[in-house]
Amino acid sequence: MSYLNYNLKTVPTGLSKALYFNWPLALLLAAVCSVGFLMLYSVAGGDLGRWAQPQINRFGVGMAVMVFMGFVPLHFWREVSVIGYIMTLMLLIAVPLVGETHMGAQRWVNLGFMRLQPSELMKVVLVMVLAFYYDWLDETRISRPIWVALPLVLIMLPTYLVLTQPDLGTALLLLAGGAVVMFIAGVSWVYFVGAASAVAILVTAVFWSKDTDYQLLKDYQYRRIETFMDPSSDPLGSGYHITQSKIALGSGGITGRGYMQGTQSRLNFLPEKHTDFIFTTLAEEFGFVGGMVLLLLYGLILIFCIASALTNRDRFGALLTMGIAATFFFYFAVNMSMVMGLAPVVGVPLPLVSYGGSAMLVLLAAFGLVQSAHIHRPR
Amino acid sequence: MRKPQGPGRKRVKLARRSVILGGSMAGVMGVLGWRMRQLGVEQSKQFRLLAEENRVNIRLIPPARGLIFDRRGAALAYNAPIYKIDMVREQAKDPEAVLRRLATLIPLSDAEITNALEQMAKRRAFVPVTVAQDLDWTHIAAVSANAPALPGISPELGHYRIYPYADDFSHILGRVGPVSDYDLSRIDDKDPLLLIPRFQIGKTGLENKLERHLRGSAGEKRIEVNSIGRVMRVLSREESSPGVNVQMTTDNRLQSYTLKRIKGESAAVVVMDIHNGDLLTLASAPGYDPNMFVRGISVDNWNALNTDKYKPLLNKTVTGLYPPGSTYKMVSALAALEGGFIKPSEKIHCGGYLEVYSHRFHCWRSGGHGKMDLHNSLKQSCDVYYYDVAQRVGIENMSAMARKLGIGVSHDISLPGVRAGVAPTKNWKFKTKKKDWVVGDSLNAAIGQGFVLASPMQLAVMTARISSGNKISPRLVNAIDDHPQPVNGREPLDIDPANLAHVRKAMFAVVNEPSGTARGSHIRAKGMQMAGKTGTSQVRFITKEERARGVIRNEDLPWDRRDHALFVGYAPYDNPRFAISVVVEHGGGGSRAAAPIARDVLKFAMELGEMDYKAPEKLSTTPIPLANKGDKA
Repeated sequence: MSYLNYNLKTVPTGLSKALYFNWPLALLLAAVCSVGFLMLYSVAGGDLGRWAQPQINRFGVGMAVMVFMGFVPLHFWREVSVIGYIMTLMLLIAVPLVGETHMGAQRWVNLGFMRLQPSELMKVVLVMVLAFYYDWLDETRISRPIWVALPLVLIMLPTYLVLTQPDLGTALLLLAGGAVVMFIAGVSWVYFVGAASAVAILVTAVFWSKDTDYQLLKDYQYRRIETFMDPSSDPLGSGYHITQSKIALGSGGITGRGYMQGTQSRLNFLPEKHTDFIFTTLAEEFGFVGGMVLLLLYGLILIFCIASALTNRDRFGALLTMGIAATFFFYFAVNMSMVMGLAPVVGVPLPLVSYGGSAMLVLLAAFGLVQSAHIHRPR
Repeated sequence: MRKPQGPGRKRVKLARRSVILGGSMAGVMGVLGWRMRQLGVEQSKQFRLLAEENRVNIRLIPPARGLIFDRRGAALAYNAPIYKIDMVREQAKDPEAVLRRLATLIPLSDAEITNALEQMAKRRAFVPVTVAQDLDWTHIAAVSANAPALPGISPELGHYRIYPYADDFSHILGRVGPVSDYDLSRIDDKDPLLLIPRFQIGKTGLENKLERHLRGSAGEKRIEVNSIGRVMRVLSREESSPGVNVQMTTDNRLQSYTLKRIKGESAAVVVMDIHNGDLLTLASAPGYDPNMFVRGISVDNWNALNTDKYKPLLNKTVTGLYPPGSTYKMVSALAALEGGFIKPSEKIHCGGYLEVYSHRFHCWRSGGHGKMDLHNSLKQSCDVYYYDVAQRVGIENMSAMARKLGIGVSHDISLPGVRAGVAPTKNWKFKTKKKDWVVGDSLNAAIGQGFVLASPMQLAVMTARISSGNKISPRLVNAIDDHPQPVNGREPLDIDPANLAHVRKAMFAVVNEPSGTARGSHIRAKGMQMAGKTGTSQVRFITKEERARGVIRNEDLPWDRRDHALFVGYAPYDNPRFAISVVVEHGGGGSRAAAPIARDVLKFAMELGEMDYKAPEKLSTTPIPLANKGDKA
């Protein structure tokens, strides 16, 4: 569908767009962010200025960005998606050249007015460009190998660049986000089954080759995997984080130890307690109930996104909404699995809760796109 | 839903796949929820415990050791503050690196670092190990200032034991020392204090025997620590209860005087109060300085103590066993009198020797004493008289009398290594030597030679019993934590007082009559006169050839072949108060080497005047805590 096919009568214009704004979704996002403020205040030991206040400020900016982007007609976003992708890719390439190193990884470029993490931006832009591609692509060609190869290149280029930063977590999110858009767009099952089998074979090969002359990974990489499997095998090394994290989660019990009463975070047993491991503090202080409430909020956000996508007859809007929802899902699913010992430790923050400017701004901007798709959807 | 056509078909496919994706997401979230439940609900208790373990450290607070006082309240062993550095392995993460850093601040040798690491490896991770002690203030200040760079390190205030009288009480008090692996394997004691490395426990003497009382019990400090082990706050503190104080029966003035008097000899002197058995002096020379051990004795000093032929580490008063020689003749005499084998006036001829079964038993005076009655036989210490008596009385009666007087039985006086000595019987010889008793054994026993063995303390007990006529028992500890210890043996002995009087009279003659063997050591002062008996016990066999040539004089023999010199006595004669025994190892004759010591010590004791018990002097056992001092600095 193109702009001309819109039923102009049903698409709101001007300030009346506010009536069609997906307010429940915005409220849910604000609720999740508030959980973040609460926890950041707690892990700072009651120091508002340390993490909570900057996060609140960014939330304000982010919400404004979301509303603004939601009011911009969707066809604008469709038109800028390709150029946006190319520019973000350039930024990613620029990172190793002009980027700033922080905590051992190069992720930031300084744009003068703000420090930007192009890899964060890429998560959204990749979804946009893929949605654009499949909106444009004729249905009959969707599963043709040549037309599958092109989006694969679009995904692999930024994935490779992010991986060399190195940032395994973001690379995985890019891969997963891209794959989801391809899946929703209707690419044949055969490709997905094939990819899954390839991964399975590769993993098997990695393990089978261990301790042989032609082993595929370095020894220390195997050790990391073993540590993930059994954290107690290396209680003071890399297993330390995950062990302490599980202790914090478990010690919360059903209702938690009370706000600001978590000993694990108070006494610094938890690593990265204000970023990647913030969920453990939540579970320690508010217990199983607190963790489930956050999970429920996330679930509701997903439901509102999927509902919006299902009622959207605009293919670009629907694909965009689903892609962003899926990226958001991978964010928290990977983070929670990681802190609960279900997945190896890769640096993925808890979306909208963990402390971090780029991630929050980009996520709220992405939901601005979802709002735009929602407001301007043909009914 | 409308029938899909054209673009509609794509929409249906998109919707279908969206639902599939949504379903998968719901599935994953279900797994996340299940995992949350597993950790937070099902395994919560276990994790709560782990969180507590993370957070809470238990530190033991060692108690102050009980003090030891003499009868007049003078402190004989007390505690002085010492600054030391403790280290907790689990907090240090890399103990060796931390110790290397510490070595730049305080004197710490490589060997000490290795030793500390070994100690830590042996113990549980949270047990503090003392890595350095005996530090002064500047070191403590330097370590405190650098605390953040030294995780697991904490300056502590400790105590070490001080023995102000040094050598004088070394054998009675014994000493404390760091608990060793050997100690741990030997004693069945679950006290967690023993796990503290270098924790001081009693190793010998009273310190060892009364360890249970002196040690006290540990306090406990529960502290909250953060992930790098820094102490955040003290959650609870249960103070240690100090060990109880002990008051002994000894008089430090008499003890010090006695040791000064026998300095240079290898000797033992025991002075007892015959009214209640109080051991006023248990002097064993030479002694050693127990303070040397407390801070770690050097190998040279240790070897010197161990190889010294005078055996300074041995408490000769209770552990040393000697043939009592002629001091045993009171036992033989009383056994004969009590059994009616002899009358005090009956005379026996001494011709210098007695031949029994063609074997000659010699008197010490080769020419013989001539006609001897009981009184003279003791006064002049005639051997032949007692050879005759031995044949009449028999060994069983003699040894029964010995046990009645305290020889051959164990006296429990709170010291380790108290030996029972030997009052031999036929059965005893058969059991231990696998040989039958022969008449010659009885003859030797009658003059305190052969199998008879007694400790100086037992000889003092014997003398006390003879002089008082009571079954007096020795006691060394007067009170433990103000609980008086019992006095035993105020009831009279099962011996005819008339017989005891005969023996006492003879003992008075030994010292005070012209031909008495200890005449040279009599005390002239009225009301202080001493009674006693000399003894000279042979440690070598004198061959027939030597006897024919003339027995070699002690002065011409090497030290360790000379006779032991002994003397037992009591004073004042008319109102007995003090009993004494003196043994000078290889000192030669009892009359010349031992009796003068007894005279001097008893005279000193009598001139001391009152020796009543006094409450201990006040000593601060808890010095100013470390933290307060740090604030000032």
